[in-house]
Amino acid sequence: MSDEQSQAGDPQNGDTSATESAYWRANIRLLSILMSIWFIVSFGAGILFRPFLDQFSLGGYPLGFWFAQQGSIYVFIALIVIYVRKMRKIEHRFGLDDD
Amino acid sequence: METQSLIYLFVGASFALYIGIAIASRAGSTSEFYVADGHVNPVVNGMATAADWMSAASFISMAGLIAFLGYDGSVYLMGWTGGYVMLALLLAPYLRQFGQYTVPDFIGARYYSKAARVVAVICLIFISFTYIAGQMRGVGIVFSRFLEVPVDLGVIIGMGIVFVYAVLGGMKGITYTQVAQYCVLIFAYMVPAFFISFLVTGNPVPQFGLGSTVADGSGMYVLEKLDATLTDLGFTAYTDGSKAMIDIFCITAALMVGTAGLPHVIVRFFTVPSARDARKSAGWALVFIALLYTTAPAVGAFARINFVDTVNEQSYADAPEWFTNWEANDLIAFNDRNGDGVMQYRSGDAFAGAPVFTEERGASGERLVSNDAAEGENEVYVDRDIMVLANPEIANLPGWVIALVAAGGLAAALSTAAGLLLVISTSISHDLLKQTFRPQITEKGELMAARIAATAAILVAGYLGIYPPGFVAQVVAFAFGLAAASLFPAIFMGIFSKRMNKEGAIAGMVTGLAFTFLYIAYFKLWNPDANISANWLFGISPEGIGIIGMVINFAVAIAVSRMTASPPIEIRKLVDSIRVPRGASEPSDH
Repeated sequence: MSDEQSQAGDPQNGDTSATESAYWRANIRLLSILMSIWFIVSFGAGILFRPFLDQFSLGGYPLGFWFAQQGSIYVFIALIVIYVRKMRKIEHRFGLDDD
Repeated sequence: METQSLIYLFVGASFALYIGIAIASRAGSTSEFYVADGHVNPVVNGMATAADWMSAASFISMAGLIAFLGYDGSVYLMGWTGGYVMLALLLAPYLRQFGQYTVPDFIGARYYSKAARVVAVICLIFISFTYIAGQMRGVGIVFSRFLEVPVDLGVIIGMGIVFVYAVLGGMKGITYTQVAQYCVLIFAYMVPAFFISFLVTGNPVPQFGLGSTVADGSGMYVLEKLDATLTDLGFTAYTDGSKAMIDIFCITAALMVGTAGLPHVIVRFFTVPSARDARKSAGWALVFIALLYTTAPAVGAFARINFVDTVNEQSYADAPEWFTNWEANDLIAFNDRNGDGVMQYRSGDAFAGAPVFTEERGASGERLVSNDAAEGENEVYVDRDIMVLANPEIANLPGWVIALVAAGGLAAALSTAAGLLLVISTSISHDLLKQTFRPQITEKGELMAARIAATAAILVAGYLGIYPPGFVAQVVAFAFGLAAASLFPAIFMGIFSKRMNKEGAIAGMVTGLAFTFLYIAYFKLWNPDANISANWLFGISPEGIGIIGMVINFAVAIAVSRMTASPPIEIRKLVDSIRVPRGASEPSDH
């Protein structure tokens, strides 16, 4: 996702300080996990594996169809909520919050 | 009270509310005009973003599209919501941290280049005008159906309303009118949906109703019944759809990335106090949008069931009143091919193309058309756009529900039109005038220029609404495809790659834009007869090609940036300052 050079350097030369790059790595790790779920739920369950999932059902919904028209949207909301919460924790861990 | 008086009352009262809010919160400075001073509460901003985003197309057309596309309609549901995950995680917080006014501001500063800024402005203006022409037309159509005025007059009334709150209030006025518009539109959408879900399934919550059994004693699930009914009539099953998987995949992706790259959506995240609030606000926006988007598939499915039930094998003489109402509005037609006076609804076209009505009436009293014949046995033509508007009538709901839907449709179209007008005028006064051609302009002069630009943009938009160029309906794909292929990659790499330089970004934007533009223009404008899946690149339709444009943009940008010099140190510092929060910064004054 990033072509970031991770070694710490001198901020005066435009390099990233150690704390900042650790913070950024934590952010990228979180992003990668959440974006993978985003991909699996929508493009995976809703499209690529829909024909397979449709043999199961959730109430009156074929499962793949449910993911495509309802489920993925609920998961999207959950992903943003988790991101907001986790980022607040990460910011706190690196002392970057101002409250 | 009669339905028509109720409509005047509801529409009039909602407009009085919007204009009152606009006057109460008018902008006094450029910062208030562009980003509402950066002080909007994230929940309020989420609501405004939802109204900004949900256009006449979401409110009026989407459920109808899904009703007739079935599973294939999922591209809109996932595409137009999944983009918010990308916005919340990949763009919004960093752009807020950057803390200026516009998308071209970011591209111009990050790529240290006026050329990059101008390319971004051109993309933005093109995307916004494509989009706005359709909105103004939508306003005109809703006005003409519900206020019984000509479409052109409807467009002019709409222009007047938008003028008051966009020109006077700027972003500050728009934000608070959009909050009111969201409340009106979501209420107007949910009320008939609850009624119809209850009538069809006995469960009033549409999201659950769609997965429930039909309340006709058959014990079949809604989707089961729909699949069975449609396959009997020769359609593909509702839950299967008929598009190729690769096309579904690419259209969904193009709509997601396009959503994340649409300038009037991005700019809403400049109005909250901090990067953290930008994340939160994107989440709220998605919650408010999801309320409508998870309801739409239910509305679509119920509408299709009701439509088949009340129309198919029904004699025209006993046709329901809504059927003849919409027939009078040219949006429904009955072509009695076998002369039995009974409407047979089957797969296929009733005749070739959109109906061209003659002045004559047929044996059963139906309006005759002069279109060429089509294959198959279908006798009923129905315009997909009527589904949401006609739904309350189809289900025999009371007059006040119909009046509510009229007010909701107008709120949806007007809020989006206002948001688009604002990014156009901001780009002209801020990016072109202040930042590129007349840097010595005063604050007061800039504010005046922004208002003049907004006025001019409204006139152009109104003109496009009254005389819609033939291509507007064909090129909605342009707005999303171009946003996906041009703006998104440039912003994304500006944040996530320190190595990306001005040469790479400009080369990427230009190639991605050119490729996508030429592909869509070829199939939609120059050679529409060739627009069949056999001719498409890898089987990808023009609606989905923006995603290939995006890949090309990334590839070219990375290749070119590796062959040219690294960006200067100041830029590396700028990127660091965007990535890491050091307390919320105010939008800088410049």
